[in-house]
Amino acid sequence: MTGTVLGAPDMARALTRIAHEILERNEGHESLVILGIPTRGVPLAQRLAQRIAEVEPGFDAAANAGALDITMYRDDLHRQPTRAIGETTLPEAGIDDATIVLVDDVFHTGRTIRAALDAIKDLGRPRAVQLAVLVDRGHRELPIRADFVGKNLPTAKSERVDVHLEEIDGVDEVLISGAGFKDAASKDADAKDSGSTEGESA
Amino acid sequence: MRHLLDTDSLSREDAIRILDTAGQMAATQEREMRKLPTLRGRTVVNLFFEDSTRTRISFEAAAKRLSADVINFSAKGSSLSKGESLKDTALTLQAMGADAVVVRHWASGAAQRLAESGWMHGHVLNAGDGTHQHPTQALLDAFTMRRHLVGGGKDSGANGKALEGLTFAIVGDILHSRVAGSNIPLLRTLGANVVIVAPPTLLPYGMTDRSDIAVHYTLDEAIEAHDLDGIMMLRVQRERMTGGGSGFFPSPEEYTRLFGLDGERLRRLPDHAIVLHPGPMNRGLEISAEAADHPRSVIVEQVSNGVAVRMAALYLLLAGEEAAE
Repeated sequence: MTGTVLGAPDMARALTRIAHEILERNEGHESLVILGIPTRGVPLAQRLAQRIAEVEPGFDAAANAGALDITMYRDDLHRQPTRAIGETTLPEAGIDDATIVLVDDVFHTGRTIRAALDAIKDLGRPRAVQLAVLVDRGHRELPIRADFVGKNLPTAKSERVDVHLEEIDGVDEVLISGAGFKDAASKDADAKDSGSTEGESA
Repeated sequence: MRHLLDTDSLSREDAIRILDTAGQMAATQEREMRKLPTLRGRTVVNLFFEDSTRTRISFEAAAKRLSADVINFSAKGSSLSKGESLKDTALTLQAMGADAVVVRHWASGAAQRLAESGWMHGHVLNAGDGTHQHPTQALLDAFTMRRHLVGGGKDSGANGKALEGLTFAIVGDILHSRVAGSNIPLLRTLGANVVIVAPPTLLPYGMTDRSDIAVHYTLDEAIEAHDLDGIMMLRVQRERMTGGGSGFFPSPEEYTRLFGLDGERLRRLPDHAIVLHPGPMNRGLEISAEAADHPRSVIVEQVSNGVAVRMAALYLLLAGEEAAE
């Protein structure tokens, strides 16, 4: 299976639905903080925050969207070349007693989210942490699940999922590829490329 | 990067990567919870053959903030004072499983010897070797300069940038200073202009022949000739400088008159210029109290930036995959 899984209109609809689901689940926007995981989680978080503000004008999208870099909390640091550290930006008021919605592009092994939970623990004590992802491709290695999912995408481990966003890549699309890979080789390739394209490592 | 031994061999790309990483590290140090789990289980040895409080404490704080285990090994009260050779010390550290060794030594080239000898596998960070280099000091100076003069006081504004076109004066004992030894190549790599101000007796051989460096023999002359963006005052090692027939300049008073930074000279610098000093300062000798405590002095900030820069260096050397050995 190779090709485009989500186009720009599909992505827009999925994000709008997730924004509504977040509000429904939390019964409003009270103390919501939307944190994106770099690289592509950050623009996704900003888009979600804007959509939430469109529905609930009382929500300040600029003040309550941020970024959470998890590089220094990864469990695979010394298995890979040194990674550049991204920026962490939090609301002025901090995250104590907030309801945090973590946002990432591809949900895969769950290790990125585990690292994110550790990072949050060092930054404060939120009331709750929820997880929103654009694509859930399965193959979890940890007991972690998403609260809000744009699209469930059954994949083989050897396949690759690439999310491209307007803000970074100039186009909104989700691609799947990997038919040509042999299993062992692609596992390797997955691990190496995940930092820039997949947002989640094997 | 496998070791951090000097700034000559540091590429522009690597230097900027260290400064950018230091910016992120500095941001983590403003949080309530300042410890990061990044280097858990790694061991960093501080191997100090020379007395140094601030550099050792700075490296120790940096390693601990990244959750590494720190072992301090200083010359006083250890086998080092009983005449153990550098080689035997290195073999001991290897046997203890040191992942990185931060070394300060009175002999120029000691860090490089340790790194290239094959005595041990750990990463080596030079924390000052003789009169040669002190690379983390130069990096923290560059980090401080970049934050103030490129980023407008913020690291995020300076991300990815160098020190292109800025002009810095380094004033004092260039001959013996490892701080100058590291700063000159790094500033050149980052695209800054370097102005050297020193008595002729305290210039290294060949410095005046270099076409990429301006040399002046009085501070007033340098302030006249250049629009300085920053001025770095080096410490005068009082004990070494005067007396008998071996002095490098006639008297401390004369040194202060020709090379000291006071309030009057500071006011003749451009308004945005910053004042740096690697410490410890001799107030009243190379820098007056007024200049040291002036709002444009960033001397205290240099110390806290030192921790962030050393965290960055340790992270970049130690966090990645095991290098082929």
